[in-house]
Amino acid sequence: MKVEQISIFLENRTGRIAEVTSILADAGINIRALSLADTSDFGVLRLIVDNNLKAETALKQNGFTVGKTQVVAVAVEDKPGGLHKILEILKTARINVEYMYAFIQSGINAVMIFRFDNIDKAVQVLLENNIEVIEGKKLYTM
Amino acid sequence: MIYNMDFETMPREALESIQLRRLQTTIERVYATVPFYRKKFDEAGLKPSSIKSLEDLNRIPFTTKQDLRDNYPFGMFAVPMRNVVRIHASSGTTGKPTVVGYTARDIQTWAELMARSLAAGGATGEDIIHNAYGYGLFTGGLGVHYGAEKLGASVIPVSGGNTKRQIMIMEDFGPTILTATPSYTLHLAEVAKEMGVPFENLKFKYGIFGAEPWSEKMRQQIQDMLHLVAVDIYGLSEVMGPGVSIECHEAQKGLHVFEDHFIPEIINPQTGEKLPYGQVGELVFTSITKEAFPVIRYRTRDITSLNPEPCICGRTLVRMQKVTGRSDDMLIIRGVNVFPSQIESILMQIEGVEPHYQLFVDREDNLDVLTVMVEVNPTMFSDEVKVLQHQERKIASEIKDYLGVTVTVKLAEPKSIARSEGKAVRVIDRRKI
Repeated sequence: MKVEQISIFLENRTGRIAEVTSILADAGINIRALSLADTSDFGVLRLIVDNNLKAETALKQNGFTVGKTQVVAVAVEDKPGGLHKILEILKTARINVEYMYAFIQSGINAVMIFRFDNIDKAVQVLLENNIEVIEGKKLYTM
Repeated sequence: MIYNMDFETMPREALESIQLRRLQTTIERVYATVPFYRKKFDEAGLKPSSIKSLEDLNRIPFTTKQDLRDNYPFGMFAVPMRNVVRIHASSGTTGKPTVVGYTARDIQTWAELMARSLAAGGATGEDIIHNAYGYGLFTGGLGVHYGAEKLGASVIPVSGGNTKRQIMIMEDFGPTILTATPSYTLHLAEVAKEMGVPFENLKFKYGIFGAEPWSEKMRQQIQDMLHLVAVDIYGLSEVMGPGVSIECHEAQKGLHVFEDHFIPEIINPQTGEKLPYGQVGELVFTSITKEAFPVIRYRTRDITSLNPEPCICGRTLVRMQKVTGRSDDMLIIRGVNVFPSQIESILMQIEGVEPHYQLFVDREDNLDVLTVMVEVNPTMFSDEVKVLQHQERKIASEIKDYLGVTVTVKLAEPKSIARSEGKAVRVIDRRKI
């Protein structure tokens, strides 16, 4: 029920993200979802890709620091209140969201990626409330 | 004003005869009481009786900061602790400070030399001295303080920091002499400007600035902004503290060394060979009156030259040029001595941090800013920004705790800091002093 996300440390320099995308393109890796958190000095690029191992190897070979984190992908109804419904469930269960980002699956649903501090409890609560949690395998190839 | 006419204007011949007598006494004392010096003398085949002239000083081995470090904390003291009335310390190369001690007579000597220095800088017993040097283990604050009292001036022990309050005190108390580091002085000027307090309306006449290197250009800037006459004061805790040498306000051209207490030499830092007057090299001091912490041929690492020409102020004491650099990698950040090796040893102690770092020194708003770039590695990396920012703050707070200097820590990508063959380029000093 968990999805593996890779994250990369980046200094705030012109063209740095383009270098990452170029490495991934050369390795034949497809980016499924992406988010960038930044400060004035550095950023953390978080990626869901179709082949984690290949991506990690390619990036490490090029000198990047790569981290791996378990996140949860949740199907969100593509209509007003869709996201709110999920956040209400999490709030009621007192589950803290470290960060989240979204991508839209054409024609079907929106997919929200959540990073929780207590991932097991979060998955359990979501399932109990009949929220669709997307499996890694399905997400990587969606 | 010349505070001690007898000693400051003494004919060279008489001065040299006093120097020799005092040197011989000092050598006898350190040979008898400090095992480090006895060993050095024995190894060099010297006895105290070998020192028959001032030229014989040449035969004595140098003392370095490393020697002081090896004898941390009190191994170089030449008197029992019951005779020590004060201890000061400055930062050393490994995070351990260099510790110095003073007997009651040393404190009196220091006060006398600071009184001479303040007088040479334009102060009299009628003045109010605003002393913005830090009070504490650093010798600046208390050094000026005792000298000011000895001179009979009124001293405001304001210490460093709390800049707006300092400006208020300057407006309300009307001090006439300012003592501070030159960089803090410029900061004071900027803050006063922001507060709408024009320095020309304040009562300052003279400023006595030191504890860090500063240029002629900076002197002009300080004099223009603060409407006072600025002189340079030199000293280091290992030798005594401030008041080892002082510029006179009449000439503002080189710092008179109080040679009745310290013998200065200039050496080639590579060969150790003694250089003649006028040549630029490393400054070496021998203290000849200190009781608790005498130093024999102490290598200061400061680069300067000596000028024996008579000065218009009437002092016969030799003058050292403004210090222009150092023969090691020590940085002086807002008056605090920082060695790259200290930063390195602190980084090594933090879990997950590798010693791949680079230091950038800038001067922003006239204050020194030290930025420490540290490479991120897989152990300390996190997908959460707050965790990484916490790492930065943790490193900064460790450095602050050990060295007492505020730094900005920035994380860098792995391998982004250039690895050079041999000696790494650790410091990039972008200050335009």
